[in-house]
Amino acid sequence: MAICRVQCKPVPVAATLMMVWIGIVLFGCGTRGFDDQDAILHVGNGAEPQDLDPHLVTGVPESRILSALFEGLTDVDPRTLEPIPGAAESWSVSDDGTVYTFTLRPDGRWSNGDPVTAHDFAYAWRRILTPALGAEYAYMLFCIKNARPFHEGDLEDFDEVGVRVIDDHTLEVTLENPTPYFLSMQIHYTWFPVHQPTIEAFGEMDHRGTRWTRAGNHVGNGPFKLDRWEPDRVIAVSHNPAYWNAAATGLEGVWFYPIDNALTEELLFRQGRLHLTENVPVDKIEVYQRDTPEVIRIDPYLGTYYFRLNVTRPPLDNPKVRRALGLALDRDDLVRNVVRAGREPAFFYTPPDTAGYTSEARMPYDPDKARELLAEAGYPDGQGLPPIELLYNTSENHRMVAEAVQAMWDETLNVRVTLTNQEWKVYLNSMQQLDYGIARSGWIGDFVDPINFLECFTTGNGNNRTGFSSPEFDALIEEARRTVDPEARLEFLQEAEHILMEEAPIIPVYFYTRTYLQSPEIEGLAANPLGYIAFHKLGLRDRPRTLAARE
Amino acid sequence: MHDPTLPLTPDTDAGTSLWRDAFHRLRRNHLAMVGLVLLSIIVILSIVGPWFSAHTFDAQDRDNRLASPSARHWFGTDHLGRDVFVRVLTGGRVSIQVGLAATAVSLLIGVVYGAVAGFQGGRLDNGMMRIVDILYTLPFTIVAIILVTYFGRSLLLVFIAIGAVEWLTMARIVRGQVQSLKEKEFVEAAMAMGLPWRRILFRHLIPNALGPIIVYTTLTIPRVMLLEAFLSYLGLGVQAPMSSWGTLIKEGVAVMEEYPWLLIFPGVALSATLFSLNFLGDGLRDALDPRSSKD
Amino acid sequence: MGRFILRRLATFIPILLVIVTLTFFLVRLAPGGPFASERAVSEEALRQIEAHYNLDAPLWRQYVDYVAGLLRGDLGPSLKRPSRTVAEWIWIKFPVSLELGLYALIVAIGIGLPAGILAAWRPNTWTDYLPMSLSMGGICIPNFVLGPLLVLFFAVRLEWLPVALWETPSDKILPALTLGAMYAAYIARLTRTGLLDTLTQDFIRTARAKGLSEARVVLRHGLRGALQPVVAFLGPAAAGMLTGSFVVEDIFRVPGLGTEFINAALNRDYTMILGAVLVFAVLILVFNLVVDLIQAWLDPRLRHA
Repeated sequence: MAICRVQCKPVPVAATLMMVWIGIVLFGCGTRGFDDQDAILHVGNGAEPQDLDPHLVTGVPESRILSALFEGLTDVDPRTLEPIPGAAESWSVSDDGTVYTFTLRPDGRWSNGDPVTAHDFAYAWRRILTPALGAEYAYMLFCIKNARPFHEGDLEDFDEVGVRVIDDHTLEVTLENPTPYFLSMQIHYTWFPVHQPTIEAFGEMDHRGTRWTRAGNHVGNGPFKLDRWEPDRVIAVSHNPAYWNAAATGLEGVWFYPIDNALTEELLFRQGRLHLTENVPVDKIEVYQRDTPEVIRIDPYLGTYYFRLNVTRPPLDNPKVRRALGLALDRDDLVRNVVRAGREPAFFYTPPDTAGYTSEARMPYDPDKARELLAEAGYPDGQGLPPIELLYNTSENHRMVAEAVQAMWDETLNVRVTLTNQEWKVYLNSMQQLDYGIARSGWIGDFVDPINFLECFTTGNGNNRTGFSSPEFDALIEEARRTVDPEARLEFLQEAEHILMEEAPIIPVYFYTRTYLQSPEIEGLAANPLGYIAFHKLGLRDRPRTLAARE
Repeated sequence: MHDPTLPLTPDTDAGTSLWRDAFHRLRRNHLAMVGLVLLSIIVILSIVGPWFSAHTFDAQDRDNRLASPSARHWFGTDHLGRDVFVRVLTGGRVSIQVGLAATAVSLLIGVVYGAVAGFQGGRLDNGMMRIVDILYTLPFTIVAIILVTYFGRSLLLVFIAIGAVEWLTMARIVRGQVQSLKEKEFVEAAMAMGLPWRRILFRHLIPNALGPIIVYTTLTIPRVMLLEAFLSYLGLGVQAPMSSWGTLIKEGVAVMEEYPWLLIFPGVALSATLFSLNFLGDGLRDALDPRSSKD
Repeated sequence: MGRFILRRLATFIPILLVIVTLTFFLVRLAPGGPFASERAVSEEALRQIEAHYNLDAPLWRQYVDYVAGLLRGDLGPSLKRPSRTVAEWIWIKFPVSLELGLYALIVAIGIGLPAGILAAWRPNTWTDYLPMSLSMGGICIPNFVLGPLLVLFFAVRLEWLPVALWETPSDKILPALTLGAMYAAYIARLTRTGLLDTLTQDFIRTARAKGLSEARVVLRHGLRGALQPVVAFLGPAAAGMLTGSFVVEDIFRVPGLGTEFINAALNRDYTMILGAVLVFAVLILVFNLVVDLIQAWLDPRLRHA
């Protein structure tokens, strides 16, 4: 055929192209893996951080990086979460538990060499509480006397807030109430000091998003300093020689890789490009447990997965219906077959052994009692009960839980449930507007104390979002806040949780775990329920920090 | 030389015989017939298959989850112990509906819009194409979120949402074809004969541009079916525990190393449908080609 | 021709204004603002943040301010990633998407065009069926399946290539293949149809009858007409490829504009959405202009139309 003469051309063209590709492929070999010489830890870190300003961020990925770059007044033992000296070398507490006096280290230094003083903390706390900064997590500091009215603009003068600089190395903090978790809370980034001259070199104190957080500008007082920040590629921090305990730091540096996709993260780990991951896909867990159990970690995590019930909307305004739904949930089945990942069934709301507190109230699996309650509520065998909407934000796990729960309620109670998934922001909006029937929810503790979980459901609390209001419950939480005696305090909380389980504006489903992959080379990684990683206490086996070796 | 008057005799009988000829030619095209038969089997199976199965798409057997294919569960079971065979069939109902309906919407708007723009030309064409440019750039994610927020979740909305974005490229393709065709002798002849422009457009121009239209249509169907999976992420479309091929495949990808059957079966179902649609499309193109009658 | 281009360029400004206006008001219709969060934020803090970003002003006022900023070349701050401005984010992300898009475009045209020509060379023989079946495969296998499959084969099993990240040249092969494959398949199919259509047309017969060489007939006359639909498709497709694909960037953790855009939409980062839409709009407008020019060049009769 005549056309052939011309049309044959594409064949060699295509062949050449193939050769080029194969060449690139072969050329590309052997560029993987990290340099084995350096004691640098490669960490998968979830989403790209919003910023590295401890007063503006709100997420877990940021908290990892910030805890490497800054240090609060106290540090904690990564295993027990008990407070240990950090930027402050010692402290004392008044008898009523409301006045703390901290003595700062004389040798505390910022990464630029300036001394770390009490002024830095007072400045930082004033900054985060300043209304014009609009810090979303400012409420973390509301345990300080008058912090709340100052933040809400009712109080102009910061001197009236319970923070007083006695001298360069002495800081006195007065609290609203005795707050037993005050010291261990200091590892949360909202409490970190910031370096005033650096912040003000790039803008006003209350300006958001100035350039002070860029690599090269950033100044911190933590065990590491910021070297590189390449958005969506890597954030590299390296050993900070100005840190007071610099000699004890076991790592030369940490590279944080923002990786949202858990499947990608797992593959990078498998290919040896990460030492530590943020997450591991559920279905991979069983494979790892079978093949290489030494790299898979399942740690308890201070968090509860639960359903919110909209108590303003019939038939869920009836506590009997709500409790019946709660009792009809076979959490063991759910956890074993659907959720997996070592999660524990939740028969109460606050995770067990939170600062010595384990709830005595129960919402067990009791199908007979559930049917009985439903009949008492006027819906024998589910007769006459309108279909209930179960809302969840789009995710594979939430969908499977919802599908299983839908089937369970249908089987045990003959209750019809329709499922609705919404994109995250739409879902948040629906919760805010109480525009749902039942909604999947979760709470991860900010600090280790049961009150952090329970106070969400006081009347009008922004985290309530169920319409639930019980004067009795509110009074118990308020009592607990005022009480100094630890045992009596926990007793009030026990009673509060009892009400919560009986009234059932929420149905606990399971307690979270943190599942991740860890290279066996990492030394010193401790499990704790906050998922707090003390990077300055980690090391890599057979890879001493070169600087330490020189010293 | 081509006789320009042949296919455009203003005689209605010629129109019907054209279609009859086309059908006759299609019948002789073996590949197209294979496609048609396969497609019919898949459609019928999706509709009636679930009735004849011992399982339903939402019956859970959680203690028997993630079972590999067996005599009891031909395609195995999923994470909740549901029968994958039935789920693939019911998923097909959704995907085929979306694929055909949304493509039809985009085809209708795209062809008419593109043809009118290309045929009229000038300022009208320019204006119409700039509107297309604008619509291209609107953030689809946001539009879909707004749609589901204000109109609730329904399959009809999915057709509209997808159809509304997919017609744009079709319009550009048709416009280009019509532009170049309208300079041809047979169109000039038709115009000289004083035929109304609508008749020229729909009887002569569009049939001559059918090749790219049909090919692009067969290319649109898979896009549309997969776009539906993205829309269900945004809360638009079918409600769990119902699912579509797109969502099944998406679930399957995440576990393809551990439980490959969760990816393979919905994937094969989707591919088989697309292959048969494609053979059928090629056959239709050949059959409807006004020029092929003389060859 | 020069006047035609100038006239089109002049229309860009009003079109961009329409796009900005539509998008500006559209994004505000979506429920849940940028600062809606799972944890309750105090009303005071929320009020202050909104005041900071001018979100407390009446909507028309915000719009006027935004457009005024645009005219000064200021795209505003990113609401959800305050560490950098929208312009800086685009400056960081867009080159990466552009690079990936370019490789994908090379894959798409480099494989698609020859495959389409090969298929049309002898229709209904194996040189037709083979590339066409492969291209159907490219269309049937969505990129969110193709990507992981390629990774599993080339990176995990064979260990030839990295699984993800965007640093070394070898990092870029799999993302480019994944992104380009579907477009290659489209181009192959459109080329084949276009060529088959054109080669049966009268002017080709005329050309042949005039005794022109076969190469001249096919390349000068045949391919020209055949490429019409391909080019019409390529305009928006190229703009789409160059502005990044969420799926491919997410699978391979490529730091491009595609993920930025989707995340901005999901986070309701209003200014970031507008910034990304503007980039996309400019590309679409430019590419569609280029397409029209190429189409006119391909079809000489259109030049004076």
